Amino acid sequence: MSEIVIVGLNHRTAPVEVRERLAFPADTVGHALRGLRERDGISEGVILSTCNRVEVCVLSEEGYKGVEHVKDFLAGFHGIPIGDLSGHLYHHLGEGAVRHLFRVSSSLDSMVLGEPQILGQVKDAYGYACEFKTIGPVLDKFFTKSFSVAKRVRTETRVANSAVSVSYAAVELAKKILGDLPDKVVMLIGAGEMCELAARHLLSAGAKGILVTNRTFERAVRLAEEFGGTPVRFEELGVHLKRADIILSSTGAPHFILKREDVEEVIRIRRNRPMFFIDMAVPRDIDPDANEIDNVYVYDIDDLNNVIETNLEERQREAELAEEIVVAEVAGFRRWLDSQQVTPTIVSLRRKFDEVRQAEVAKALSALGTADPKTRKVVESLASSILNKVLHSPIASLKRETDGRSPMEMVTAVRVIFDLPEEEAEGEPEALVRPHEQGGNVGNQ
Amino acid sequence: MHTVLLKVTALFYLAGALAYLHFIFTLNERGAKLGRMLLLIGAILHAAGFVVRYFVAGYTPITSLFESLSFSAFAIVCVFLAFELRYHLRVLGAFVAPLAFGFSVSAAFLPGEVRALAPALNSYWLPVHVILLFFGNAVFAVAFGAAVMYLLMERELKRKKIGAIFKRLPSLNVLDDINYRCMTIGFPLLTLGIITGSIWAEYAWGSYWSWDPKEVWSLITWLLYAALLHGRMTVGWRGRKAAILAIVGFCAILFTFLGVNLLLPGLHTYTNLSG
Repeated sequence: MSEIVIVGLNHRTAPVEVRERLAFPADTVGHALRGLRERDGISEGVILSTCNRVEVCVLSEEGYKGVEHVKDFLAGFHGIPIGDLSGHLYHHLGEGAVRHLFRVSSSLDSMVLGEPQILGQVKDAYGYACEFKTIGPVLDKFFTKSFSVAKRVRTETRVANSAVSVSYAAVELAKKILGDLPDKVVMLIGAGEMCELAARHLLSAGAKGILVTNRTFERAVRLAEEFGGTPVRFEELGVHLKRADIILSSTGAPHFILKREDVEEVIRIRRNRPMFFIDMAVPRDIDPDANEIDNVYVYDIDDLNNVIETNLEERQREAELAEEIVVAEVAGFRRWLDSQQVTPTIVSLRRKFDEVRQAEVAKALSALGTADPKTRKVVESLASSILNKVLHSPIASLKRETDGRSPMEMVTAVRVIFDLPEEEAEGEPEALVRPHEQGGNVGNQ
Repeated sequence: MHTVLLKVTALFYLAGALAYLHFIFTLNERGAKLGRMLLLIGAILHAAGFVVRYFVAGYTPITSLFESLSFSAFAIVCVFLAFELRYHLRVLGAFVAPLAFGFSVSAAFLPGEVRALAPALNSYWLPVHVILLFFGNAVFAVAFGAAVMYLLMERELKRKKIGAIFKRLPSLNVLDDINYRCMTIGFPLLTLGIITGSIWAEYAWGSYWSWDPKEVWSLITWLLYAALLHGRMTVGWRGRKAAILAIVGFCAILFTFLGVNLLLPGLHTYTNLSG
């Protein structure tokens, strides 16, 4: 019986030294996919390879044996003894595999919960398999379904909302304090990786311009060039500070470079137009007491880390809702998968023709008027024997073990040709109700 | 019929307020859409009620306490809907719609029959004076809602405990902007309202200004808002300071509108409980 099988490893099961040896760079994927497909018992295959995970998903015609086939393939392709791998590899079968891919695509299995890249990477893997024609009807349906599950998770939960990195948290805060960024000026004091990253994010979020200052002016000039901003002499910081709405600071100074009085003075000159100071230096550059001044907000690195932590906790809570969506979707897909097996297909094939037979017999009998029992019997047996003879060979072919060809392909063909009703692979149709929405008063779901 | 119509609107405003509250808690878009729809229907019924009452009474029916409270609710809803149309600030509904409900439900418990108008009040100045003032007050009510939102948001940002409020409310800058817009619209309305009242007083009572408690408190309110507007334009009073003044100003309006009528007798006590 054919079964979906996933064998893989990720950041939790394998260190980077192992992951990098098993990775499939883009230029080898085509070769690998063909090699995979040529193996016995494997009728469809997709390979996902990112820096955090390698997953090989196949449709195995021999059920569990497919796991061994894929492991052999992985070891053989990369020339690594299988014994070196076994401790790092995990595998999922059938429903477990469905759940696994749905979780991966929805970013519930990612190192940073809810990170957005993984869905694109799964889509790329699917694209390769389509390009090299190693995907068939089952995995095709499986992967496209996983994209829609991921989309549902993204829109129905807040698992991917709110920033979980320092630089994004800084952008988010800046937007809530200052509103739209396009008329806001950023000032970068000193040079630090995190500050520069935050500055880049602020600029790409639309900030109007950037002033760069540094104790060594040459450095400021160089950085300003890089950002397309204006260099400012460190000694003239006080003069230019009033132009800045967002100040990113990370100097190596041993004491505050901006004292509360300095900030009070600047905010007065600015006629209280708000300022947002992001102090990433340790020891700190900006007097934290300045946060008490109206329209001034001072966040140091700990404050930003706390914000991120709160956001991560929120993502964790939302992940529970997302898991419920996955469970519902797995059940739906399972129903579709089951209907793709031989026996249910034969059943629905018979049912469909039986309905035709009954309808036609009834029509014939009513045309004959009050037929005597003998005529009635003849008509009925005529219909059944035609039906049985016609259906004999398709059913026999479905039951026969086909060499090389997947029975699922056959099943799919039969279902299409005879237009058999499709088990919907949808999850629960109604949207999930959040716990705190239950008992809501007006405008509830 | 018109009295029932005016009272029934309280139910729409209640439902609208609940829908907006549901929206702010769950962030489910449907709550905001439903809230806006309910407020709109309420306001249309409300307007219809006032039109019918105008023809029945034969004068602009904003004289008794019942009518005043009811018209306040109507004005607040109209001003809020206009702001929402312009700024798409749906969360504001959760703060302003309950206010409209508060006014309309207080009206619903008062006797609502039409009375004969005191001769002194029967003038073309009546609609001009009251409509200017009530819409001015409604604009200040929206400023009050935005100010409460500002203070909540500011507190969360200052304490650096980012949570539910941070995610739901708009940026401080937008809230402060709403405050300023409200001042630039509300203050001229208030000023014109007082001036027309004064002219009307000259006709009705023979004096432009008679230091009646209502007039005194109107002047206090006017001075408060004048100070706020002046401070913002000259030395940049904005943010927290502007928000607090908008709240104080609205309290002064409430006292001028209700407190004076109920506590301090004077010429304007046409509008007290006994009518």
